[in-house]
Amino acid sequence: MSENHENTVRPIGAASDEWPLWEVFVRSSRGLSHVHAGSLHAPDATMAVRNARDLYTRRNEGTSVWVVPSEAVTASDPDAKGAYFESAQGKSYRHATYYTKSEGVKHL
Amino acid sequence: MSYASHESATRISAGTAITAEDIRAGGAKAPEDVARYALQLGDDALMLSQRLGWWIARAPELEEDIALANIALDLLGHARFFLTYAGTAWGRTEDELAYFRDEEEFRSCRLVEQENGDFGQTIARQLIFSYYQYELYRRLVRSTDPTLAAIAEKALKEIEYHQDHAGQWVLRLGLGTEESKRRIAAGLHYMWPYVDELFHDDELVDALGDVAVRPSGLRADFDARIRAILQEAELSVPEVLGAYGGDRSGQFSEQRGHILAEMQVLARQHPGATW
Repeated sequence: MSENHENTVRPIGAASDEWPLWEVFVRSSRGLSHVHAGSLHAPDATMAVRNARDLYTRRNEGTSVWVVPSEAVTASDPDAKGAYFESAQGKSYRHATYYTKSEGVKHL
Repeated sequence: MSYASHESATRISAGTAITAEDIRAGGAKAPEDVARYALQLGDDALMLSQRLGWWIARAPELEEDIALANIALDLLGHARFFLTYAGTAWGRTEDELAYFRDEEEFRSCRLVEQENGDFGQTIARQLIFSYYQYELYRRLVRSTDPTLAAIAEKALKEIEYHQDHAGQWVLRLGLGTEESKRRIAAGLHYMWPYVDELFHDDELVDALGDVAVRPSGLRADFDARIRAILQEAELSVPEVLGAYGGDRSGQFSEQRGHILAEMQVLARQHPGATW
């Protein structure tokens, strides 16, 4: 994924008085995924990356930061939690630990 | 960073993140001239840090509050390095130099003492000072004094961020609304008379040779880069006369006393207090 979205100078104060909200994802080290760290306000994407650096990477946490407009996030419906997630319960055969080791299998 | 692998070697060397404690523990005693030079650099950082701290809880948005506070803390860190090092020449601690010197003993330039004004005025000061500091520190890393070089190396990365922050805001204010453009232009106009002083050579620099960086030598690069960013922001370099005087020889702005009163009052009312 390209992380080069730095040319986004946008006049501030033009659209609304409050800066839009951004979701911040930080990758703590090479090889790991970006993890949601929190959100912040910023006038545009470029400033959002800078604010993210100040707010979420002050203690050596990051090697990479993504910011995403909060309005671009589509979330699952919290009221439909049961239908979405509970069907996994009781299906313990979906976990590796459900299965017993066959006799004679090495290196498990 | 761990020092375990080279405990016996000097703790101050290129490539190792320096701390004020290292400078104190290192036992290097700054020669008198070097200490006076370090004091100038430290006082600039200290005064600007104190000025920027005012913005905490006052910036346009919480996020900007934190950005300015971060920059202030970086500068405070630089001030600690320089004042600690300067103090080794006179047997004085960083705190003694910060809290128990009087107005006329500080060596800061007048730019960093100027009023915060509105956000545009503060950003104008940030732009000028961070661009100046960048030119200065990227040369100071080659100082023949190893402590000054190590401090400059640590500070340079932070200053790169400071000038990026200032530059981004100058672009947004310059290219933003009519009102934001008016304010950043007014801020630049307000601060510009104090630019010349930054590039003034003095006897101290003459005496220090390759230990110090000659301020006049920074001017061409500073001018070119400032002109470029102002052009991009559709702003122009203010055409104003330089403020009279200003060679760090004890002439200082009327604001200095106010800054010190606020900065020093606690330490002076409760000498030796720790928190």
